[in-house]
Amino acid sequence: MTHAIEVRNVYREFQQRSAMAGVRRTVRAVDGVTFSLPSGDVLGVVGESGCGKSTLARLIMGLLPPTSGEVLVDGRSLNGMDRRERARLIQPVFQDPYSSLNPRQRIRDIVRLPLAAQGDLPKARQVERVMEMLARVGISSEMAERMPGQLSGGQRQRVAIARALVLHPRIVVCDEPTSALDVSVQAQILNLLAELRRELGLTYLFISHNLAVVEHIATEVAVMYLGRIVEQAPVQDLFRTPAHPYTQALLASVLTPDPALGIPDVGLGDAYPDPTNIPPGCRFHPRCPSVFAKCAATMPDNIRKDGRLVECLLAVQA
Amino acid sequence: MTPVVPDPVLSVADLRVSFGQTEAVRGVTLAVARGETHCLVGESGCGKSVTALSVMNLLPRGIARTADHIRFQGQDLLGLSERQTARLRGDKMAMIFQEPMTSLNPAYTIGSQMSEVFERHRRATRRQAMDRAAELLARVGITASGMRLAQYPHQLSGGLRQRVMIAMALMCDPELLIADEPTTALDVTVQAQILRLLQKLQQELGLALLLITHDLGVVARMAQRVSVMYAGEVVETGTVAEVFAAPTHPYTRGLLDCIPVPGKTQTGEPLGSIPGVVPRMPPGFVGCAFRDRCTLAVPECAESVPLRDAGGDHCYLCRLPPDWKRAAAA
Repeated sequence: MTHAIEVRNVYREFQQRSAMAGVRRTVRAVDGVTFSLPSGDVLGVVGESGCGKSTLARLIMGLLPPTSGEVLVDGRSLNGMDRRERARLIQPVFQDPYSSLNPRQRIRDIVRLPLAAQGDLPKARQVERVMEMLARVGISSEMAERMPGQLSGGQRQRVAIARALVLHPRIVVCDEPTSALDVSVQAQILNLLAELRRELGLTYLFISHNLAVVEHIATEVAVMYLGRIVEQAPVQDLFRTPAHPYTQALLASVLTPDPALGIPDVGLGDAYPDPTNIPPGCRFHPRCPSVFAKCAATMPDNIRKDGRLVECLLAVQA
Repeated sequence: MTPVVPDPVLSVADLRVSFGQTEAVRGVTLAVARGETHCLVGESGCGKSVTALSVMNLLPRGIARTADHIRFQGQDLLGLSERQTARLRGDKMAMIFQEPMTSLNPAYTIGSQMSEVFERHRRATRRQAMDRAAELLARVGITASGMRLAQYPHQLSGGLRQRVMIAMALMCDPELLIADEPTTALDVTVQAQILRLLQKLQQELGLALLLITHDLGVVARMAQRVSVMYAGEVVETGTVAEVFAAPTHPYTRGLLDCIPVPGKTQTGEPLGSIPGVVPRMPPGFVGCAFRDRCTLAVPECAESVPLRDAGGDHCYLCRLPPDWKRAAAA
């Protein structure tokens, strides 16, 4: 079976020039990531800001080349793939529907652009496809004549989804698609994404910092920390029995609306992850509540067991 | 009918604020007692931030607030001149904002920004103010305070900046602290740390805390009292225990149904959602502002809406009786 997405030992570095004295530093945003995502699944990627989850998304969409390693989409390497071909396979939905839509174009033209760029359909047929897709995401033909500025945040995100789906791609990369939206609108968009996936057999890579949202939509979850996946498991397993101390802390910090529970003590201390200065040994050890002597010196291996990946020295002992 | 808070630090009655053809705040009444956290919750545009800014008298120039009263420690703020308000602001009443990077001045050190407040309100020397700043940085859990005082905002992480903002707000021992979405820009793990800190300080110092948020999880875990805002009005208020045990306004219920809760909502099942968008209210609007999005709306909802008592401190703005959910199920 070909996987929808296959990421093989991918690294991505950025050169950062410090404001002081012009010192160049290397930021390893993605630091050796390997995973494969079966067709029709939803991989949720969670982690704090700066953990490399958006860089990973851009690598998978082919918007950035990896420093080393390889990304395969639908069994084919992105390396050297034609842009138009790539666009037919994989499409993005971004966080902020205020900046991801051209403010000077009408909605129908924004959604038609991917079809026009492919150039293989007559215009009348393109317009038909656009109207079908807009209707499917709940945008009326009257709204299609408007400009993005005349739409609400939720309506704009529907337009962004229509634009992503108008070429009938197999894979959609959603980078924080509901973070800029109000909760009532967030629920509408999550429901829409779930319906579309069922109907069209889509595969999602779903990036979010909101674990409750990921638990709701994902079938598999990858937890990233400073450029690496430190735990990956089917969604039920990960939420029921988180194995990595970082996953445990993330889950503990979810504030469910339950007045009987106070504010949790996540036990992470005050150290803050800095991608320009990755600690030796286990990269999580300065914040880890279960740290022991070996952690500062030894980088933990990937432990794969029962469909779960954990990168922690405690998992080796268990 | 409105719950009586004994001897409140802050009491607002019938606050109204208009921006041109939109009435952003439409008759808000609320009170915060000493040692109490009162959460103001609602979606963007519901008027929660404008309510906070009105209390601090920080509305944009030319925008007027009207109210029966805005009483702080028994003194009506409406009658004060700008100079008199400025004397209170940052001293006995302080405010922290969502994005600590934009509310700190990038061109000045942490120490200089923190000490300015104290020098100004307490006529202290720079030396005394710096000592006070160091003391408060330690209090908000920042180690090596001497080094931090000499640093600039960009040298700190988001979580540290928000700690600095909290420390700065506490420089003059305020009675009232207004926090507008203080953890929205932070990562979840840092959010939990900052909220724990706020809660601890609030208890130790007996602060009256007015906490503004869009996150019902934050409300449930932090507040004693909650006011749910919709389209410029408080549509439901009560103790957190009352409101979360028996959310009665259809909007409050709808909001609670919208949030996925790990372990409770089923993966893949559709979430509850509220159709439509938050409306803009023209001045003089009559009737329930939620009626266009409410599945239970009837023609009478276009007439003026009663404030109903749900028992205890709990009341809500809707024609439905308190037990409508049970009546509907029967």
